[in-house]
Parts: sequence; structure tokens; C-alpha cells
Amino acid sequence: MLVVNDWVDFKTLKEMLGLSDGNLASHLKTLEKNDFIKIKKEFIGRKPQTSYAVTDLGKKAFTDHLDALEEIIRQSK
Amino acid sequence: MDQRNQHLENLTEIRALMERSSRFISLSGLSGVAAGIFALMGAAAVYWYLGISPFDGKNAYYVTAETLSRGGVHYLTFFLLDAGAVLLLALTSGIFFTTRQARKKGLKVWDASSRRLLINMAIPLAAGGIFCLGLLFHGHFGMVAPAMLIFYGLACVNASKYTLNDIRNLGILEIVLGLIATFYLGYGLEFWALGFGVLHIVYGLIMYFKYER
Repeated sequence: MLVVNDWVDFKTLKEMLGLSDGNLASHLKTLEKNDFIKIKKEFIGRKPQTSYAVTDLGKKAFTDHLDALEEIIRQSK
Repeated sequence: MDQRNQHLENLTEIRALMERSSRFISLSGLSGVAAGIFALMGAAAVYWYLGISPFDGKNAYYVTAETLSRGGVHYLTFFLLDAGAVLLLALTSGIFFTTRQARKKGLKVWDASSRRLLINMAIPLAAGGIFCLGLLFHGHFGMVAPAMLIFYGLACVNASKYTLNDIRNLGILEIVLGLIATFYLGYGLEFWALGFGVLHIVYGLIMYFKYER
């Protein structure tokens, strides 16, 4: 989702992916630790909102992942 | 076998989605600055030609224009040549700075994303251009400047989806300026200079310091 949008907030990610708070948060933390995504914290009115965007490194990792998947699929029966 | 093709199709779809959403990020703020400077020069040339100064409010510029023809050149020809020159110089410098920026980033200047940007920008611009010719054809000279601002603003708002998003606010401001100018036709030249000159320089500088410095 992050590869096709500029910035996506936590709530949207949660709704679209159908994950629990904890599950999503832990995935995001891992991605961030590997520098695949970047985080932006803003205030909408008085509520804090965290949004995420993919980094160049993350985009590269994702395309590599797609290529690897394609290889696996092609080689399987 | 069928499931295999299904998977491959999914991958292709994902890749296509990624491709379609990629923006052209090599747009340089300096193109805006250059365009703005050329626009101000163009406007200055018109003031000189008509022998008036900004905001002097005596007559609407197109009324003043009708009553004289300097140096044997019909005023309409002068305006059109002036606008054409500004456009050409702005485009050339835009291409120059953008190409330079793309090369600096190691990106291609001409690819799917720049092509998409150009097409989506060209549509409202072409419509605006032809509409302005129509206005000239019917002698509604005063409406040309506001129309140019509005159509250009719309083009920018649309184009912002395919390149840097900062252009969106520039577009909105141009539209607002154009709409205000619609009710102050006599100041069309001043609004034109503000919209195509000053705003471009301001936004060009903002973008330059945001992305390139």
C-alpha cells in the first residue's frame, strides 16, 4: 500500500489490511528498523496522527521481493 | 498451472499499480523562478509598450492598447509575440533545469511518469489556450488574462498528482487570482504579472530550498 501512495496513516492501513493494532504496529516497527519506511507524526486538530511512507530502500526491497516471488512461481510446477 | 498463471497475473497487476502511481520528482524549483522572471520581463515589456505603469488605474490596459499602435506594430501582435516569447523561454529554461535535476538524481528525464505529467498538464492548458484564442476572436480582450490564470491554475492542480505535490497550492492560488481578476478586468496585466511572475518566483524558491538545497 505504501508503494502506491505517498503517505498513509495508521488508521487507513489498519482498515485496508484488516489487522489488529498490535499486529500492524509490530510490522511497521520492523519495517522502520530496516529503513524501509519513514514515519511522520502530525496533529489533526488536537489528535495525533502517524503516517507512513516507503523509502527508496524500501521500494527497492519490495521490487526485489516481487522479482524473487516471480522466480519462485515460474520455477514451480 | 492455472493457479500459477493467476499468481503471475497478480504480480503483473501489482507492478502495473506501482508504475501508474509513480510521480515525476525531478521537477526543479528553478524552472519556476526562471519562468517567473521571464513573465515579469514580458509584463514590463507590455507596460513599456503602452507607456503606462502598474496600478495607475487610469484606463484598462486593453483600452489604452486600442488607442495606440507603437512602432507600427499592432498591439495584438505585440501581446501575442510577448506572451509567446515568455512561454518559449519559460519552457526552455524549465526543460533545462528539470533535465539537470533528473541527471543529478540519476533518473531519466523522459519516462512513463514524465510523459503522464506532460499529457495531463497539456489537456487543460490546450483547452485554455484555445479558449483564450476564442476570447480574442470575439474581442473580449479583458477576459484573456483572468482566463489564462484560471486555466493554468487548473492545469497545475491536475498536474500536481503526477509530480511534486507543492504545485497544487500554486495552482489553487493561480485560480483564486484569476477569479479575482475576473472582476477587475482593468488590472488584468497586474494580476497576470502577479500570477505568472511573482507567484512562480516565490514557489520556485520554496521548492528549490525544500528539495534541492
